[in-house]
Amino acid sequence: MFARIVWLVLRKDFTVEVRSLEIAYTMLFFAVSCVLIFAFALVQEGRAPEGGAAGILWIAIAFAGTLALGRTFERERQSETLRALLLAPAARPAIYVGKLLGIVALLIGAEMILVPLVALLFQAPLLARPGWLAIILVLGTLGFAAVGTLFAAMLVRARSRDVLLPVLLYPITVPVIIAGVRATAALLQPEVDASIIGFWIALLACFDVVFVTLALWTFEPLMTD
Amino acid sequence: MQKWFTPAAVVCGLMLAVAPLLIAQAPYESTMGLVQKIFYVHLPSAWVFLLSAIVCGVASIRYLSGGNPRHDRTAWAAAELVVLFGAITLITGPLWARKAWGVWWLWDVRLTSSLMGWMVAIAYMLLRKYGGPGSDKLGAGLALFGMANVPFIYISVNYWRTIHPTTNVVPTLPTSFGLPLWFSAVTFLLMFVLLLRLRVGLEEQRARLDALYLVTDE
Repeated sequence: MFARIVWLVLRKDFTVEVRSLEIAYTMLFFAVSCVLIFAFALVQEGRAPEGGAAGILWIAIAFAGTLALGRTFERERQSETLRALLLAPAARPAIYVGKLLGIVALLIGAEMILVPLVALLFQAPLLARPGWLAIILVLGTLGFAAVGTLFAAMLVRARSRDVLLPVLLYPITVPVIIAGVRATAALLQPEVDASIIGFWIALLACFDVVFVTLALWTFEPLMTD
Repeated sequence: MQKWFTPAAVVCGLMLAVAPLLIAQAPYESTMGLVQKIFYVHLPSAWVFLLSAIVCGVASIRYLSGGNPRHDRTAWAAAELVVLFGAITLITGPLWARKAWGVWWLWDVRLTSSLMGWMVAIAYMLLRKYGGPGSDKLGAGLALFGMANVPFIYISVNYWRTIHPTTNVVPTLPTSFGLPLWFSAVTFLLMFVLLLRLRVGLEEQRARLDALYLVTDE
């Protein structure tokens, strides 16, 4: 039952998004603009700063993620569908997980374009070890989106929600961003130290578990009027 | 206001007056000299900073599970104290670090996580001030995530090889250093309790006033 509701929510979001592709296109354009601004700001005399690629990749993901989170729930608010979703005889955690997976899928789609772009513009060997990078990106995105989905859903009814989402989201998710940046930076070293990457991946997994558990636990009381 | 408040406030005032004398009398630490005395303010304020974050988180859990506005008022008051004591911690820390490490700030795990904990409390206050209706529950959720950060701040120095002194320093202190420290800690704790009570009292009066307005409107 739980998995079925998750699947239904995910499919609903996917269908709505495929019809307009509004969030996908705007988020992607925004993320690419972010990377370009960093390229203009940091690349001097044709040379990218050393070790900058990992940070820029994660900043672009965080910014684009905030945009996607805000838009996803703004759409639900405009058409009053969030209330319908909450009125449905479905477990709240299942709705949360469905929403979370939708956002994670969207962000991973964006990362597939961002990673080659950053690798190209900043001359970073990001794609040298795709397996490690995929693990780091998925875990980091999950941690970021776990908190983001919860806060964006709760902010739907709040005033000045557009400003408040990044204000609340960034201080909480900073550990995930730090671990993601450090793990990616370790991956870019000429000699990869598996123990360092392993440590940061373990930390990412820890934060994922804590954030998802807390979010699942608080989604129900927080979404009840 | 409760009966205990005024005598406790007087005691706290006296302790605040005596604490500097005790700190001045404590012996000079051999390597750091005078700067080490910042530690008598830094450590107690850091403890109270973490304590306020825990009080805020626990009150938020109780508010989320029970819905009693009393717990919400406690959480709000505690969040403001997180900001206050966090500010003291984050100002006194770099003053000491400038002398001990030669720099004002390092991106050390404990420093970073403390700064983030402090920023979560500021985000909480921004949310409560500008979030409008429903921000009480949302704030409770945020406080919960903020509290999850506390054990991380506390253990960070023992697990990472950081430059910040570890938590093992305090139990090994000789009495001449320990006495002013514990005196200062009790003073800060008392100050925390008093400020919390005062702030919750203010919110209670505000809630009563709102209720009266509602009655007159009807």
